[in-house]
Amino acid sequence: MDDPVAEHTRPLRILIADDSDSDRLILKTLLKRLGHEVLDVANGLDAVSLFRQEAPDLVLLDALMPIMDGMEAAREIKFLAGERLVPLIFLTSLSEASALARCLEAGGDDFLSKPYNRIIIEAKIKAFNRMRLMHQTLTDQRDLIRERNRQLTEEQEIAKRVFDNVAHSGCLDATNIRYHASPQSIFNGDVLFASPRPAGGVLIFMGDFTGHGLPAAIGAMPVAEIFYGMANKGFNGQDVLREINQKLKRILPTGMFCCGAMVEADFKLNQVQIWNGGLPDSWLIRASGEQVALPSRHLPLGILAPDQFNAEFERVGAAPGDRVLMMTDGFLESADSAGNVFGERGVTGTLDRLDVGDHPFDAMMAAVHRFTGNFEDGDDLTLCCLEMMDEAGFATLPDRAAPSALAGPAEWRCTYEIRERTLGEFSPLPLLLHICMEVPGLRRKSGEIYTLLAELYNNALEHGVLELPSEWKHSPEGFGRYYAERNRRLASVEGHYIRFTLHHSLKPDGGRLRVVCEDSGQGFDFRNHPSVASGISPTTSGRYAGRGLLLLKRLAETIRFHEQGNHVEIVYDWQFARTAENRND
Amino acid sequence: MPIQTRRDDDGQTLVISIEGRFDFSTHQAFRDAYEHGDPDVRYYIVDLSDTTYLDSSALGMLLLLRDYAGGDSARIVIENCNNDVRRILSISNFEQLFNIR
Repeated sequence: MDDPVAEHTRPLRILIADDSDSDRLILKTLLKRLGHEVLDVANGLDAVSLFRQEAPDLVLLDALMPIMDGMEAAREIKFLAGERLVPLIFLTSLSEASALARCLEAGGDDFLSKPYNRIIIEAKIKAFNRMRLMHQTLTDQRDLIRERNRQLTEEQEIAKRVFDNVAHSGCLDATNIRYHASPQSIFNGDVLFASPRPAGGVLIFMGDFTGHGLPAAIGAMPVAEIFYGMANKGFNGQDVLREINQKLKRILPTGMFCCGAMVEADFKLNQVQIWNGGLPDSWLIRASGEQVALPSRHLPLGILAPDQFNAEFERVGAAPGDRVLMMTDGFLESADSAGNVFGERGVTGTLDRLDVGDHPFDAMMAAVHRFTGNFEDGDDLTLCCLEMMDEAGFATLPDRAAPSALAGPAEWRCTYEIRERTLGEFSPLPLLLHICMEVPGLRRKSGEIYTLLAELYNNALEHGVLELPSEWKHSPEGFGRYYAERNRRLASVEGHYIRFTLHHSLKPDGGRLRVVCEDSGQGFDFRNHPSVASGISPTTSGRYAGRGLLLLKRLAETIRFHEQGNHVEIVYDWQFARTAENRND
Repeated sequence: MPIQTRRDDDGQTLVISIEGRFDFSTHQAFRDAYEHGDPDVRYYIVDLSDTTYLDSSALGMLLLLRDYAGGDSARIVIENCNNDVRRILSISNFEQLFNIR
């Protein structure tokens, strides 16, 4: 901006309009002597046109002039000046109040009475110049703010687009997920991610960073990357949460953190696992109408050091048709025009009135909409509802484009064994899946491969090494007992191991993956096991739950048991994509 | 002044009282209340009897105080919370980090 002192002392360009030659000359001489530059005309019309040409700083107008009088000229000049403040002073010998008032109504800022008084003229010009400069400063600052705001909005728009590309690579659009997140929610610090799991089912994360604007948005990027990267590779919710917490703890300053909840839904086991750290209660709403609150039991993410962080999920059984509802603080803080908030009472009230046929998502959105009335204004809430469904109904990873099947490793073999306490602390599944996914022909089958590996591994661990009876999982009480016992037994696995041997080779029409899984457990009597022999799902069995075995049988070409039943071998074949689909039949 | 401090009798306890809304607008004043580096202070009490509202940036400020006061070894009591304030503290499970009474 210009130096304000120089701006105050700079001579002004002053336009005088007066039809009296002598008055005009007196005034002009006087102003020139004060150091100003003077333009003068003898009527209103000339005043307007000279104003348009020269844009003077200040205008002195005689009220009564031929052709166009002062009032008319004042209106035109004020119109031409637009936002610029050009002080306009009437020169008049009028003394009647209503005539003076008309001058001001026409746009005049003040009067000078004839005959002129040099001291008063000088004082008024100084006073109006101060006002003019202040107006100029305010206008400049306003323009600057407006421009900065435009830049900021533009930058946010770009940042949002980048973020959308990262954050929405998941499966939020799946038919069993309903959600509301305002387009600008990222700048309220809200994030919502969903990813199909290679093992089937889905992983959802909802987060709410402290603060607003760019600082709140910035943590969202690494969280999105970690979430999608790890979920895709088959890591479970606990591992993903631990990684997110550790990352946020490292990059966020003290005092900034992320309230969040993660839901891991398994459509095969019909169970939901949830971890809630700092978000309002999530809800499990059963198809029967029963409602279970899933409250926050943990500190938010990014506060605790990795060794203090507790990533333990709460586990609940959930059948197809049951729904999980999650929300951020913004939802509870939705306010009506009087400033009352929707609050927990709004949520529980809405749930109380829920009819069996109602979708909780629609009911919740309608309720908050009714409550606030002016929904658009305070729209920074995030709400998400996941419906449990049949395993078969949920499409997992989308089929990728057929890769060139001959590129990448085709003939290989590897053995990977985990032993001792590592059995309780580490899942080898992401690593094994990763190795298999190096084969382009297997990549389209990641869901099936993961399921095969996971079934083999879980059977080897839970029934082989830990000797847990699978019947327990058939009743809700047994379910809890099963997992409690699992954790207890994992603490004492000295001398135990699980060994995977993967062997891949090419065949004329595709490839063959052979997986051998051995464990150090007692094995089972597979020769007399009903589902091994017949394929009929048994009601009770010693080692394999009928479901797991049937699944293996369905996915694999062959499945064989060796030794005393603690050595399982499966063969999985894949074919090259057909180049001409129509030659078939 | 929405934030006031006083020393308890023994001079080792700094009591910080917050009146009205405890949110981002009190950020500087809250920091000024404890960042004077007085080595005599060993205990902190955050008195919320007159606090009507507390938001997530206030939770962040409490974490900053905790860090300043020694992190895991900090001895900080948060007291006299009203129900709304108490609810916000417990949703975030701050009982695990602070002595709330």
